[in-house]
This record gives sequence, C-alpha cells and structure tokens, in this order.
Amino acid sequence: MMFLLRRLTSFFTVIFGVLLLTFLLIHLVPGDPVEVMLGESASSADRESLRAELGLNQPLIQQFGSYLHKLAHADFGQSIHTKTPIVELFKSRYPATLKLALLALIIGLLVGIPLGIYSALKASRWQDILVTIISVRLSAMPAFWLGPVLMLIFAVWLGWLPVSGMESGTSIILPALTLGFGLSAILTRMTRTSLLEVLNDDYIRTARAKGLPERVVILRHAMRAALLPIITIVGLQMGSLLAGAVITETIFSWDGIGRLLVESIEKRDYPVTQACVLVVALSYVMVNLLTDIVYKLADPRVRQA
Amino acid sequence: MMKTFACVILGFWLVATLAGYFFAHDANAIDLNLVLHSPSLRHWFGADELGRDILARVLTGVKISALVALVVTAITMVMGVLVGMLAGFYGGKVDAFLMQITDVFLAFPGILLAIAFAAVLGPGIGNLILALSLTGWVSYARLTRGQTMSLRSRQHVQAAQSLGAGVPRLLFKHILPLMTSILVVEAAYSLASVMIAEASLSFLGLGIQAPHASWGAMLRDGVRFMLVAPHYVLIVGLCLMSLILAINLGGDYLRDKLDVRRDME
Repeated sequence: MMFLLRRLTSFFTVIFGVLLLTFLLIHLVPGDPVEVMLGESASSADRESLRAELGLNQPLIQQFGSYLHKLAHADFGQSIHTKTPIVELFKSRYPATLKLALLALIIGLLVGIPLGIYSALKASRWQDILVTIISVRLSAMPAFWLGPVLMLIFAVWLGWLPVSGMESGTSIILPALTLGFGLSAILTRMTRTSLLEVLNDDYIRTARAKGLPERVVILRHAMRAALLPIITIVGLQMGSLLAGAVITETIFSWDGIGRLLVESIEKRDYPVTQACVLVVALSYVMVNLLTDIVYKLADPRVRQA
Repeated sequence: MMKTFACVILGFWLVATLAGYFFAHDANAIDLNLVLHSPSLRHWFGADELGRDILARVLTGVKISALVALVVTAITMVMGVLVGMLAGFYGGKVDAFLMQITDVFLAFPGILLAIAFAAVLGPGIGNLILALSLTGWVSYARLTRGQTMSLRSRQHVQAAQSLGAGVPRLLFKHILPLMTSILVVEAAYSLASVMIAEASLSFLGLGIQAPHASWGAMLRDGVRFMLVAPHYVLIVGLCLMSLILAINLGGDYLRDKLDVRRDME
C-alpha cells in the first residue's frame, strides 16, 4: 500500500513535469513562433489571430493554466493549417501506433525469450556464441537501416509483402518486424543472463535431484524467477518501441502518431508536434507505472516488503 | 576475438577518414553522368542521386558524426556528473528535487525529446548538438548520483571532511577520481548511442543539413531511391552499423578491462 502511494505521488509529479516541459516547447522556438509557423508572407491579421488562438499574448502562467484546463477537457487544440481538432487526428493515428507496437512486442517476446532460453542452456557452446553474435548485431541495427533492408528483401526482391502504406492487412508485418527484431535481440540477451544467474541456485539443483524432467525444471522453476528482470526490460523497451515507431512509421508510411509527429514538424504545425510528444510521453509513463505494479505483484519478496 | 574485431573496424574507420583527406573525390562534386551509379572501380561505393561519390560522402559524414558525438558526450558528461554529484552528496531535498527533474526527462522515451527540441530549435549542427545535450545528461546524472551516495560514506572522504575540506574539494578530489572508470565505460557506450541519435535526427531531416554529408540524411535519400539504386542505402547502412558495433564492442572491452559492473538497460 505504501509502495503504491509513493509510486503514485512520483507518477503525478512526473506527469506535471512532462506537461510543463511540453508546454514550454513552443516557447523554445527562436524568435517569434507565430512567424516561424506561418512564414514571412502571412498578413499581420492572420498572425494576430493565431497568436490570440494559441494564447501567446497572455502572461506565461496564465497560458500554462489554460493549457492544463484545455487538456483536462481532452482539448489538444487544433492544427494551424487544416484547423482539424488534434483529438480527431489522434482517433485514427493512435490505434495504428498501438497496433504496431503491440505486434512488435509479441514478435519480440516470441523470438527473444525462446532464443534466450536456448542460448542459456547451451551456454559457452557454439550455439550460444552464434545466438549472441546475431543478437548483438541485431541490437546494433537502428530501425532506419533494418527497415530498408527488410523492405528490399521481402517487398522489392521477393515481392511477398507490400512496400509501404497501410492498405492491405499484410502491410503491418514489415514495420512490426523492424521494431520487433531489435526488441527480440535485447530480450534474448536479458533472458540468457537472468536464466544463467538462476540456474546455479540451490533450488534448481533440488528440482533436478528430485528427478523432474528438464523441461519442467527450466520452464516452471527457473523461468519463473528469471522472468522478473524481463518484465522490467519489457516495460522500459515499450518506450523504445514508441520512439522507434517515429522512424519506422516514416519509412513504411504507416499512419501512426510517429508519422503525424514528423509530418507536423515538416509543416511547422507546432500545436500538433506538441500534442504528439505529450501523448507518447504520457503513454510511456503509464506503461512504466503498470510495469512497476506488475513487477511488485509478480515478486513475492517485494510484495511482502 | 571480439576485441580484435572491434580494433580492426575502428582502425579501419580511422585510417579511412585520414586517407579521405588525401585521396578521396570531392564529397560535394556533382557529376550528372554518374547519377545513382552502381559501385565501380573508380567509385567504390557508387554514386548518389546527384552523381556525388558515396565513398567520399561517407568519409566526410563520419567526421561530422564523430565530432557531434564527441562534443555531445563531453557536454552531457559534465552536466550529468555535476547534477549527479550534487544530488548524491547532499541527499535530502536537493536530491529529491534534482531527481524529480531527471525523472521528467526520462519520461520521454528514447530520442523523442531530442526530436522535439530539434524540431522547435530548427535544423543545423549547433541546434543538433544542443538538442542532444539537453536530453543526454540524464543517464550520467543517475549513474553519478548512485556512485556518489556510496562513495561519500567512505572513510577517506569522511577523513578529508573532518580535516575541513570544502565540498568542491571533496567532490572533485576525493569522489570523482574513484568514478573515472565507470564514467569512461559509460562514455564509450554513449558515443555509439549519440551517433545513432544523430543519424536518426538527420534521417528525419532535423539534423545536419545539405550540402554537408551526414549518414542519416544519406540513408533517407537511399531509402527514397531504393528501388533503382539499392546499393546506396545498403552501403551507407553497413558503414553505420559496423561503426556502431565496433564502438559497442570497444565499450564491452573497456568494461571488462576496467572491471565495471554495468546493469543492462
């Protein structure tokens, strides 16, 4: 209970900090943000109306107050070019990113954990070394390199999957693989390390001495303890998934939050940029909170403390 | 084996970059007869969409990248170490306040905050360095804070304190030197991650601008012309990957050599 209370307090202060920082973003624009957004050819009437709309002519504290007030009513403002409410943009973009991140997570788990277990069981033999080399290589591959390579092989040369866009149901596969492979490499290494640490414990020797089949020893006894650090890593990696989505979505023209962010930057549509950054950061903070809670629930040692 | 591999690759890039000063074609020379030409004897890596020699551009790109990575690593290390030492040394309210700020920065996943800063600051090398520095100091701060907390209760620190040493002297003479190896290892890894971050930002058009060569921007152009000239994106990507891998392996080597325990992130 105390843990939950403390965790929630820090959760809310972090949220407040995130709000403040994203609010200040627009004030970091060198010179006059309105002029940067509208370009030099805009009429002064247009400028004044945008300035009034964004509330930039009010004192800073008041601006922050009305920013919070609007957010509390799920009002992210509107795009300065198309005048679409940003909430409307999110309604289609956010689920697309979520879908992509979840599929990538599933791929990462399905590939990473079994490979990590295999690698740990064959520790220091050639199979282990091979897996380690591959996973080290994969984790050194940023999305903007792995993505094009996958695209070249599966879409251009083999023609199995669509190059980009999101028209067909198979379009999600390549971007999800791009994101998922990087994650699986990290999970492989993490599973290997954390399983190896557990495998030398006394209770594993006991389980083996009882004559339990190796499969049961590994999956029921060892993996249960080894899973804890993996939960933390998965939570932390959700953040890289969300951030990696910015680049992956751009490469594969996947209409998610990441692409929206990049498009808004190109058009200097700062209210949209601000809202995208805020939404991604808030999602990440939420995931972290959940991870922490799940972690506490999963670990009896921590649960009692 | 890994060590030799890392040395070979790092050595290769060092020699290649130096050699680039004397032998390579002009990185910005446009030759429209060579547009998107495949690798040949005269142009080992082929040519880009303006007929510029890709090898020459890769070699110019690595110089700029390395420079940005070094400057950013230096700035973030100084910032992070100062914040971390103050938080760890004073504890209490100072610590709570500083760590609250670091937590806010950590709430933005990966390079998201750097993207946001770079977006509002506008493109250019100076702003790129600023954006990466504003977001990169956090890991040093956390690392240094933990180290300082455990080191400040060491006997030699307490002895110095009771002899009347001031806080700066305690921090820089008695605590900081004991963290050198862990910071060196962290810096090695951060070189690689700053290079990736820089390439990512340039890939999104937020970093180094034309006509300067940059690996991120080259990758973006390579993706654009992937259907007609796959060698472009493949070669530039391989270069970037080999360098990142070598730096990371170098970091692993340093970590083992200096016997630093570093938790996986």
